[in-house]
Amino acid sequence: MPSPSGSPPGAPRHFTGRRTLLLAAGAAGLGAPALLAQTPPRVVVVGGGFAGATCARDLAAAGLAVTLVEPRAEYVACPFSNAVIAGLRQMEQQRFSYAALEANGLRRIAQPATGLEDGRVLLADGTTLPYDRLVLAPGIELRFDAITGYDAAAAGRMPHAWQAGPQTLLLRQQLEAMPDGGVVAIAAPANPFRCPPGPYERASLIAHYLKTHKPRSKLLILDAKDSFSKQRLFEAAWQALYPGLIEWVSLSFGGNVTEVDAAEGVLVTEFGRHRADVANVIPPQRAGAIARVAGVTDASGWCPVDPVTFESRLRPGVHVVGDAAIGGAMPKSAFTANAQARACAAAVVALLAGETPRPPKLINTCYSLLAPDYGISIAGVYSPRNGLLAEVEGAGGISPADAPPEIRAAEAAHAEGWFRVITQAVFG
Amino acid sequence: MRRAVAAVIGAVTLAPAAAQSAAEAPPGALGCAGCHGAPAAGVIPDIAGQPAQATVASLLAYRTGTGTGSVMERIAKGFSEDEIRAIAEWFAARGTATLHRP
Repeated sequence: MPSPSGSPPGAPRHFTGRRTLLLAAGAAGLGAPALLAQTPPRVVVVGGGFAGATCARDLAAAGLAVTLVEPRAEYVACPFSNAVIAGLRQMEQQRFSYAALEANGLRRIAQPATGLEDGRVLLADGTTLPYDRLVLAPGIELRFDAITGYDAAAAGRMPHAWQAGPQTLLLRQQLEAMPDGGVVAIAAPANPFRCPPGPYERASLIAHYLKTHKPRSKLLILDAKDSFSKQRLFEAAWQALYPGLIEWVSLSFGGNVTEVDAAEGVLVTEFGRHRADVANVIPPQRAGAIARVAGVTDASGWCPVDPVTFESRLRPGVHVVGDAAIGGAMPKSAFTANAQARACAAAVVALLAGETPRPPKLINTCYSLLAPDYGISIAGVYSPRNGLLAEVEGAGGISPADAPPEIRAAEAAHAEGWFRVITQAVFG
Repeated sequence: MRRAVAAVIGAVTLAPAAAQSAAEAPPGALGCAGCHGAPAAGVIPDIAGQPAQATVASLLAYRTGTGTGSVMERIAKGFSEDEIRAIAEWFAARGTATLHRP
């Protein structure tokens, strides 16, 4: 592996020394420090998902020496993975390599980050990466301590499929193997969690598969909450598209799954037991492990950040973006991750140049596919208020309830268009 | 000051326009780029390089509600006229390649 400090062969082409930046500051009359460092400003980004890859790319484009710490050779995207589960899409369409980022001068270290000390990231092989600013984009960690009996081994029988990859294919294979007349159960977690409309999009697309291939089957959603994202639109669509197929059991009606018996296919709620032929258990989540090790998580398991810079409230010099961050009113989505990462990159560039970052205005849009030609959306605009990202009043909201089929079809096409744009912008 | 740094980065290192454009983007513009601008957009219009006047007109129409049902009606309501103008001018000043690619 390349030397973690100094100038490796893969160093960014657009090298801009800290010396250059400071000279510029001096020239602008803002007072450069007397001693000029000879090394460039170094930014380490941990995590190569939508948030981390976006941030690393913008930072490298700004001329900083960026190192992306990401052990996986390819990224498997979660958006649209529900369509893979339902047999409407191929897994290959979800896979993205880091080749384009590396070709653009980004150095990637293919190792897990294991810790943090005194301005250095510790790597699994014992080497360290010094940084001037660190961006953590570790995504989520599934809590295998939250539901009795649901640990990593149980996920081999009752897939979560909440981190795309082998789990996605496992759930798809289980649905394919299930006989007609079977029961599929989805256990949905309490807020906050990655992709709030995700469990219901998944229920919709699995229902589409069942209606098409195994019409005597049923789908049960066991929910740890009493309401969910775009609920009105989902429930209306379920009535129209899949009448009698989907049953949603809310928290108040005994939906909270507290225990599973993976070998027997049993889900236990506060009110009773449910046997399922295919059980998809989406457990509660928290920020990815490195966030906890780095000391940037609070008691909730997520990372409080400044809404302008995304700098940790708990550890100066460390920024957190994407699902791991407490985004205030912003949901944990790929769109949000990309938007936060770009705002964070702009803030880091400003901070390294000794400037005051400008307050961002962020957008989120989440599409859900309920059938191949039936899409709905939720959108929001956000700005910092009282130390959190708050919704801009009067904006945002969900698709109209009374929209005709053309609009549902247009939104399905927009969803696809968004995915192509975002993945090309981040990984292409 | 930001301009001074950007100028030096450009002059000394030939860093691409994307560097300055991302750092200089008016509030909200980078969010627009989440859907608009890459060549792969398909049904979503590429607004990079589009005359500012046209973008402003579209956004103001969306803001008053055009009944298209698209997310743009809900998003445009989150921006003032001044913000819309700044975003439109920023997009007008750049092509697709500089928007996304280093």
